[in-house]
Amino acid sequence: MTQGSLVPAESPSLSSAGPISGPQPANLGDILERVLDKGIVIAGDIKVNLLDIELLTIKLRLVIASLDTASQVGINWWQADPWLSADAANGSNRRALEEENRQLRSRVKALEARSRDDG
Amino acid sequence: MTADGGWVWMYGVTGDNAEPFADGVAGVGGVGGSLPRTITAARLTAVVGDVGDREYGEAALRRNLEDLDWLARTARAHHTVLEVVAKRGPVVPMRLATLFASDAGVTGTLQERADDFREALSVISARSEWGVKAYAVRPADPAGEPGHQAAGREGPATGPGAAYLQRRRAQLTASKDARAEALASARTVYAELGRFAVLSRLYPPQAPDLAGQQAPMVLNAAYLVADERVGEFAAAVDDLTVRHRFVQLTLTGPWPAYSFTGDGDGPGPR
Repeated sequence: MTQGSLVPAESPSLSSAGPISGPQPANLGDILERVLDKGIVIAGDIKVNLLDIELLTIKLRLVIASLDTASQVGINWWQADPWLSADAANGSNRRALEEENRQLRSRVKALEARSRDDG
Repeated sequence: MTADGGWVWMYGVTGDNAEPFADGVAGVGGVGGSLPRTITAARLTAVVGDVGDREYGEAALRRNLEDLDWLARTARAHHTVLEVVAKRGPVVPMRLATLFASDAGVTGTLQERADDFREALSVISARSEWGVKAYAVRPADPAGEPGHQAAGREGPATGPGAAYLQRRRAQLTASKDARAEALASARTVYAELGRFAVLSRLYPPQAPDLAGQQAPMVLNAAYLVADERVGEFAAAVDDLTVRHRFVQLTLTGPWPAYSFTGDGDGPGPR
């Protein structure tokens, strides 16, 4: 990480017009997931286990889903997101598909009834 | 608590090249607004700051950590100092809220854990951390979506209802295939970029609100890249995002090496 050998943020190779918009300013999630639960564990003189703080984890659920213990405390939205998880698609999403199926059937019935009336 | 009723906040540990910090980490306001300073022991340098008991004492900390605005402000201040330090040389970041009652506590920790710090510093020396995220996107050209052509082969619809169903079915297939394509691309991208990195690790994807993007995140990875390969690595990210149409890639960094200085207790490949 010596000076001069890093590609600066304004480097043309990274900021050129293209599919990527170049290195982006650190978003809060990127920072939190790194500073909350990473690094060598050093026992300071104040003992605050960040992951034991219940409200913190609940609030974080709204904004971040990336603590190491996310699954243990139920912060695992991506596992329930049908877009991201095959399990969710096979499980909870099935109800949605069944409902959609039912609606489509009734729509077909209505359309077919109308086309019979027209003919 | 220190004599003047405060605590010593520890940002991170660097090597014994303390000279760049002889005048403190000038120009950077740290956590609690106090200027960071350094403590040297065992040929290691701790970057620390002085914070007050009313906001950073044990009881106050428990309360404040529950306050998302406070947490965000503090996390950013902690990160900003580490970023400045990391520009001058490798630094082992401390987890947020690593606090000591006095400088002596910091000195003791440097001495007790000297070997661990030195080992961590050697891993990240002349290397930097980069973040790569992939978002699932739909290609703009619908003809390119899987499922589109398959729908066309099913023959003419026999009525408006059937045509609607057929169209809807094609959409659902395309959506499912796009998801599968995006996840497959994410896996490929993660592995491909690993070839340019010393170490890599996976984070769970972030919630869309947090990431400031509507598209679902399908990859959230960190890589430790040797300084001389950073250009190559960035070019590979560019190249992969062109080749994989179902994902949009973003690159962040260089980060202080947060993700590669741990005790090995984290999840995922290291």
